[in-house]
Amino acid sequence: MPRNLRRWGPPLLLISPSLILLGVFVYGLLAINAHTSMTDMNTSAQTAGLKPTSFVGLANYGDLLSSPDFQHSLRNLVIYTVVFLVGTMLFGFLWAWLLDRPVRFEGWFRSIYLFPMAVSFVASGVVWRWLLNSNQGEQASGLNRLFQMIGLDFLQNNWWNNVNYGIAAIAIPAIWQLSGYVMALFLAGFRGVPEELREASQIDGATTWQMYRHVIFPQLSPVALSAVIIVGHMSLKAFDLIMSISKPANYQTKVPAIDMYVFKSSFHYADAAAVGVILLVIVALLVIPYLVHLNRTEKRA
Amino acid sequence: MRTRRTLMAVTAGLAASTLLLTACSSDDSPSTDNSGAPSSGAASGDASEVEVFTWWASGSEKLGLDALVKVFGEQHPETKFVNGAVAGGAGSAAKDLLQTRLQANDPPDTFQAHAGAELQDYIDAGQLEDVSDLYTEFGLTDAFPKDLVDRLTVDGKIYSIPSNIHRANVMWANPTVLKDAGLDPSATYSSIADWIVALDKVKVSGKTALSVATTWTQVNLLETVLIADLGADGYSGLWDGSTDWNGSDVTKALTDFETLMSYTNTDRDGLDWPDATQQIIDGQAGFNVMGDWAEAAFEEAGKSAPADYTYAPVPGTDGVFDFLADSFTLPVGAKHPGGTKNWLETISSPEGQTAFNKAKGSIPARNDANPDDFSAYQQTAITSFGKDTIVSSLAHGAAAPVATLNAISDATSKFTTGASDLAQYQKDLAAAAAGN
Repeated sequence: MPRNLRRWGPPLLLISPSLILLGVFVYGLLAINAHTSMTDMNTSAQTAGLKPTSFVGLANYGDLLSSPDFQHSLRNLVIYTVVFLVGTMLFGFLWAWLLDRPVRFEGWFRSIYLFPMAVSFVASGVVWRWLLNSNQGEQASGLNRLFQMIGLDFLQNNWWNNVNYGIAAIAIPAIWQLSGYVMALFLAGFRGVPEELREASQIDGATTWQMYRHVIFPQLSPVALSAVIIVGHMSLKAFDLIMSISKPANYQTKVPAIDMYVFKSSFHYADAAAVGVILLVIVALLVIPYLVHLNRTEKRA
Repeated sequence: MRTRRTLMAVTAGLAASTLLLTACSSDDSPSTDNSGAPSSGAASGDASEVEVFTWWASGSEKLGLDALVKVFGEQHPETKFVNGAVAGGAGSAAKDLLQTRLQANDPPDTFQAHAGAELQDYIDAGQLEDVSDLYTEFGLTDAFPKDLVDRLTVDGKIYSIPSNIHRANVMWANPTVLKDAGLDPSATYSSIADWIVALDKVKVSGKTALSVATTWTQVNLLETVLIADLGADGYSGLWDGSTDWNGSDVTKALTDFETLMSYTNTDRDGLDWPDATQQIIDGQAGFNVMGDWAEAAFEEAGKSAPADYTYAPVPGTDGVFDFLADSFTLPVGAKHPGGTKNWLETISSPEGQTAFNKAKGSIPARNDANPDDFSAYQQTAITSFGKDTIVSSLAHGAAAPVATLNAISDATSKFTTGASDLAQYQKDLAAAAAGN
């Protein structure tokens, strides 16, 4: 026992401050939030503690999930995530592949592609709000005007003001910002493939395409998985970009995080907390299997 | 992973120590308060300074606040003014922060809030002091119009003192665009139906007939249509339950609203009110409905009425003053209640209201201000305010609490983007007003 203590004691002592703080400020607050979501704390008097709240179980969740407006938000979230994921993976992979071959000014290209990531979502959102102006014809501006100038009038559209798929237009700036990051991930993956394997495949008479198809691409799948997880969880929490391009009240760009904001400002704390828990569960569904998978592969190694 | 955890731990540690610090500092302040005489009224005590929390951080609002602070310095040199202005989001950033501070029992000494139903949430949460004895002390009961005082009174108590009045039902127009469309710029329209005929002509001439911006400006338009079609009493009845949201007269108003929206610019949801006003200034649009703070935008652009722009009550609402007011409060637990009292005295005094409103472009809430001190538009507003029926604005928090307004905004956005039809819209509005 003392031997165990000597072995475990000091490390435990060292990590205990962060464990306690994590316990209180992350998991403790998560628990409080989950509790709030199961009460009827939906008026300002209750939020200030002047009126009692009562436990209502999962009623808030039931109301939310059965409301057509919240279903619309969830549907928007799915569209946004799919477009964002496919876009960043496609461009990121393509750019990394192009840069994998010896290119002149490679460092220069790499910086150019990576640079948009340094801009905050809020700042780029302001610019993209102008670019994605929905006016067409004579009063067009932004991208629609550009399409007119280069004779591609048929490409004009109302961007994020489309009530069914408008949210996909918001994914365009997000793709623009994060494709470079995915490229960096994939580039690291490409560079991680040992030179010997490439040489060996060439000696065996493989064409360049065959080398990529059968030797290099299969080794990129762990990188691809990480990229999907990282981009996917960012997309599920989308808030700042939507806030700076659109407005919280705009129906066409509602997502759960925006609903949470509106509920909170209406003093509907219980509903806001319930949306928070739903978001947490959705992100967890994505992240936890990945962590389990990672843990297993680490043990195997 | 490890670095991220450490970082989190450090951040959490910092947060914890900040909490401790604020806890200590808030413990200190009451002891300084207690050194004074035992408190008698709502506001007496420490008057060394006053933290004034507003969202007046730029433009004509900033100019108005500066003018007010100058008068305050003359009237109360003993109290130090501390500017707690928070910029961003037309006040939404400030309101978020305010909500947090009030719940942490760290209120500013006074904060700006739209008078009326918007205060209801703070009142329900027990965060505001009754200031009706200050009305008696400063002689405000007679200085403000009775209609206004009635609208500010909740269960016999008054929780804020207005500094200025705005009118939300103003129609702005560009006379050149109207002339090009074959209309007489000086014509007035007695009803929404008459106005639609004119809008149609502007549309045919190739310009935007009616410029509008994002959801709240659409709600502003909606409320003026409701006033026009239901009348002042019918409109006010929407908020006290005497008018039925599901009634056929509301259906008619919503039909008019739908027609009006069909004459608006398609990029509206990405714009805010200055962009919509700019379309009138630039001659891209014929008409616009906006509160009278738009007057400042026309002036800034170097335009003068009636040559470059014209204004009139929204068709069908002549004789009705759709009001909103900024007002100041005394929060429960304010650290310098004496300073707050001094501030409230200045903002309600004739000198304070004149200086502030001249710079901001609004009109004084007092009925004894001298109209000659003000611009031509403000003079017409002062006259109307004195004789018109006063109703509370919806879009600006005077008519309904925040939750209701948010729900109405959501329903309106859903309707104007085409995701719901008129029947569904009316149902959504009724549900919003009922608080579901």
